[in-house]
Amino acid sequence: MKTSSCRVAIIGGGPSGLALAAELARGGIDDVVLLEREANAGGIPRHCGHSPFGLREFHRILSGPEYARRLASRAQRLGTRLRTAATVTEIGQQGNLTLSTVAGIESLIAEKIVICTGNRETPRAARLVSGSRPLGIVTTGALQSMVYLKHRLPFTRPLIVGSELVSFSALLTCRHAGIKPVAMIDSHARVIAWRGAALLPRLLGTRLLLNASLQAIHGEERVTEVTIRDARGDLMSLECDGVIFSGNFVSESSLVRASHLELDAASGGPRVDQYGRCSDEDYFACGNMLHPVDTAAWCWAEGAHTAAGVHASLAGRLNALQRRLQVNCGSPAIRYFMPQVIALPHPDCGTIPPAAHDSLQVRFNDNLSGRLALCDENGELSARNIRARRERRVLLPLPAYERLSRSQSLSLEFQPTQD
Amino acid sequence: MPEYSCSDSLPGSLFDVIIVGSGVVGCAMARRFTLEGASVLVIEKAADILDGASKANSAILHTGFDAPPPGSQEHGCLADGYREYLDIHARLNLPLLECGALVLAWSSEEADRLDGILQNARRNGVTSARILDARQVLSREPAVGDSVVAALEVAGESVIDPWSAPYAYLLQALDNGASLARNCELLGGDFDGVEWSLQTSRGQLRARQVINCAGLYGDLVNQLLIAESNFEIRPRKGQFVVFDKSARSLLNSILLPVPTEITKGIVVCPTLFGNLLVGPTAEEQQSRSDTGVEANELHALVERGGRILPALRRHTVTATYAGIRPASEHKDYQIQWYSERNYCCVGAIRSTGLSAALGIASYVYRQYQDSEHRHVPLSNCQWPRVAQVADPGPRDWQQPDNGGIVCHCELVTRREIENALSGPLAPGSLAGLKRRTRVTMGRCQGFYCSAELCELTEGCFEQPLAVAKK
Repeated sequence: MKTSSCRVAIIGGGPSGLALAAELARGGIDDVVLLEREANAGGIPRHCGHSPFGLREFHRILSGPEYARRLASRAQRLGTRLRTAATVTEIGQQGNLTLSTVAGIESLIAEKIVICTGNRETPRAARLVSGSRPLGIVTTGALQSMVYLKHRLPFTRPLIVGSELVSFSALLTCRHAGIKPVAMIDSHARVIAWRGAALLPRLLGTRLLLNASLQAIHGEERVTEVTIRDARGDLMSLECDGVIFSGNFVSESSLVRASHLELDAASGGPRVDQYGRCSDEDYFACGNMLHPVDTAAWCWAEGAHTAAGVHASLAGRLNALQRRLQVNCGSPAIRYFMPQVIALPHPDCGTIPPAAHDSLQVRFNDNLSGRLALCDENGELSARNIRARRERRVLLPLPAYERLSRSQSLSLEFQPTQD
Repeated sequence: MPEYSCSDSLPGSLFDVIIVGSGVVGCAMARRFTLEGASVLVIEKAADILDGASKANSAILHTGFDAPPPGSQEHGCLADGYREYLDIHARLNLPLLECGALVLAWSSEEADRLDGILQNARRNGVTSARILDARQVLSREPAVGDSVVAALEVAGESVIDPWSAPYAYLLQALDNGASLARNCELLGGDFDGVEWSLQTSRGQLRARQVINCAGLYGDLVNQLLIAESNFEIRPRKGQFVVFDKSARSLLNSILLPVPTEITKGIVVCPTLFGNLLVGPTAEEQQSRSDTGVEANELHALVERGGRILPALRRHTVTATYAGIRPASEHKDYQIQWYSERNYCCVGAIRSTGLSAALGIASYVYRQYQDSEHRHVPLSNCQWPRVAQVADPGPRDWQQPDNGGIVCHCELVTRREIENALSGPLAPGSLAGLKRRTRVTMGRCQGFYCSAELCELTEGCFEQPLAVAKK
């Protein structure tokens, strides 16, 4: 088996991986290999043909593919070795990676590895939806890659399930392709994406049904009809020729699940500290794998911020962070949070590099108001009154290391406001 | 020519045997009769083989330890089928996971019944079976819920690939001279005392013998050809949930419940593709084709799985499916020769068809020989080796020039897809391609590979993935 080595291997060429690669190269690390399993780097924006992307990164409004192309060429220009059509099949101890390419399997050994494999939508099967299993049932991701990359349409009159940001992206993709969705439904009482987004389906002539749930899919060869339970609890049939399951993103952490790295069951990603370091300190993680789902711009910034820690780790400068404090959480309102570990420096270790995460990122199960606090045995260390919205991040700044140094245990608490 | 494509006209020549249906039983039957020297044509009404009862099952190769008593057709065929699979699987490159099974008892009443099952197993020739106490169960299967009381261990129970096995049987038949016509529906037939003339959607066909392996339509084919049927198919749906590969390490063996009169019950079992399976339900229904799943049943299966293996609650579902078993009003198989009419019906192969198919084929052939039919067995027969898509491998993604990975979840390469599309017994639908290669069957269910697949399969299927171009 062919074997090679490098200083840093980045798994996944989406916005976070590409930003990280560029930043490492800019910082003088000259042996960075980025492994991308698709034929081109760029990640999900690559098949998201509409705007707006790139405002923060390139100070202009770009389409997804153009944004992806720029990210990739920038990383390459700065010296990253981009290896596309290279699938990592196993991650092991001592930085050992197994990959599959057109030439078969090979081994790559890296000093540090950063996993940036992103997230994906929950498909029909995992949602346990009733009915037959005909052609025409896709996720937004599948639809967009069909439409924007291959110029093919899986249907002409689908139902869109979901009202997250990506659901509206599905709507725009349909519009671009001349596909006329018959309706957009969500089981919640209000649109999950920002409130104003509700105008978009109306402008495009698509019915928006809230408090409505998909009960069953019908059709033998292709979808012919769906059954929906509407806001009043009545069953209705809707003729259509496809179903788009949008959103409900989950961490794409298959590699981590099959590896020696500790997994955080709530987020679905690996357990990381504020540098993005995993339980095996040769491994880092960043991007949407840690917090499904955030915008490309957020992931890009996180990738860039993670570079400093990786760089410092290569030089052995993160070794001073010896004490690992776990953050516990008992609140049922909190769906997940990250980082789950705070690594504390020796009191006299001098300056330490900036962390990738200066806040805890928290997601809630529902739309809630209340007080979010990070506490130790003596009380609150950091707290905020918040208004949480489903699928949107809430940030809670991390206290300074001096304050944490006396803590024995950390817990994340949430006290809902009584109405 | 082994397979007549849709544009070919079917031959007017006389076959020794026409087999109606290409489920697992039809495939095994075609193999047996071909290897024994008969000229065989298989007709299948669907666009693909294995499109009825055989397309969805639990993939277990049963020893027959809990089969009806010796002397029943099911017991004999199971025991023979099990043995023959072990004999031939390596030559056909078919996988075998010899993981053994535990029949779990969750109460003292259930534990009391294990002894009867043990006696039945011994009577059926499965001598390695033995009873384990709770401590022994948990040391062998640490993830099993700790309220388990006892178990019966059956070492020989195994897991196989429910698609590549029958595919290989039929492929071996075709490689040795048999013929296949898909999209060929039986419409009627006459027997003139010497030979059969069958009317099909693709024209008239002639044969000395007809073997009805029509599975869910077995009683209807009986009515069509001999105007009587000694059984009536009572379709029984079984829904399954498939858990993510991350759950595979929770389990070493197949977990069976203490069975009831009606069903073997819900099993938790590993698959050869690295997943865990929970199912099937047992639901009587009228339809012979409705394989829809039902959310309440799926949730109940997830819940049931979580009670048996509590750690399963932390894992996600990758796929859901349902199959229909061709049960009947009888408990045993209904295999019957009508020798004066040169006709055989292999009916009511309720839920053990995958395990018993090879045994059923030999059983039918023995009876055929008993009625003075003689052929010369092939002396130098071909043994095709089927492409390996099961987890132990070796898999194509590990080999050079594989064309790159298309389906990342199941690690399916472009070359595997192209070979399946252009090879013998090419799939007639996306479902058929999935069965042959596992493409889109992983956790993302096509999030990443649908677009690529759309392009790769263009022009291949009657129902294309894409309905229009932009």
